[in-house]
Amino acid sequence: MRWLALIVLLMPGPAWAEEAKPLAEDPVAEARLKQLAVELRCLVCQNQTLADSNAPLAEDLRREVREMIAKNMSDQEIIDFLVQRYGDFVLYRPPWKASTTLLWIGPFFLLGIGAAALVVALRRRAQKLVDVPVTDEERRRVEQLLSQGARRS
Amino acid sequence: MKHYLVLAVFAVLVALLSVGLTLNPREVPSPLINKPAPHFQLPQLREAAKVFSERDVIGKVWLLNVWASWCVSCREEHPVLLELAKSNIAPIYGLNYKDKREDGLAWLQRFGNPYQLSAFDSEGKVGIDYGVYGVPETYVIDKQGVIRYKQIGPLDDDVVAKKILPLVKELRNK
Repeated sequence: MRWLALIVLLMPGPAWAEEAKPLAEDPVAEARLKQLAVELRCLVCQNQTLADSNAPLAEDLRREVREMIAKNMSDQEIIDFLVQRYGDFVLYRPPWKASTTLLWIGPFFLLGIGAAALVVALRRRAQKLVDVPVTDEERRRVEQLLSQGARRS
Repeated sequence: MKHYLVLAVFAVLVALLSVGLTLNPREVPSPLINKPAPHFQLPQLREAAKVFSERDVIGKVWLLNVWASWCVSCREEHPVLLELAKSNIAPIYGLNYKDKREDGLAWLQRFGNPYQLSAFDSEGKVGIDYGVYGVPETYVIDKQGVIRYKQIGPLDDDVVAKKILPLVKELRNK
């Protein structure tokens, strides 16, 4: 009986775990898909790229991109296809356009203003520090007062 | 002088916030507005042997409503659509998106059918052509077959009264 159990346990059985969604037969096409998909946005999970997202629409769009790759469309043609339907937002990296210059330059612009304000403020403060000539008599008084304070604390 | 500057900056921030908070960051504006409705030809939901194309409705102002039996928000807007269909202002055609035929038909049977007919887009390819990313979505299309408005998400009485009806009336008079 024990032998039977041992034999059964040692027999190879079917593995039910599946691989991740099957890759296309063509690794070159898949590489192209990946390259494009990381530059495209999933419109459902909008912070994820088309490559990362598990949303059904993302799967559909990846399928579309695969079909377009199979039709030998260029990267630009595939991107144009999607932008035509979904707008610029489908691009994960905002394009450089008149309408997005503020988006791209804005942070640096604000940083520049902040830095300039800091410089101006520091310069003004430096100007306020006037060198007052201190006589020896006054110096001795200062030291006396300071040492009194130190003893008290 | 410094105080006024700080107050001014604060006022600008408040202005930006009060506009920004009313906006929906998830909304993806459609690039198809004022462009011709993308061409398609799909089997009809009920009568599978018949086809429907956007070309069939040239000359009329109409609504294309993207819906599915698995879509919860579609149930929210359904009464609004039924009302709209009853008022006969503009015909409503459905695009049954990524659904199963039996499920779609059962859903219409159960909740009512505001559509002249529904086209059956089982794979969602026509949806992609129309830039559909979340169901329900509704398009207002004019007599020349140009998309004039897209509603992302369910319709409500407010949107219908303030945006859809005035637009449809305007387009009908052209």
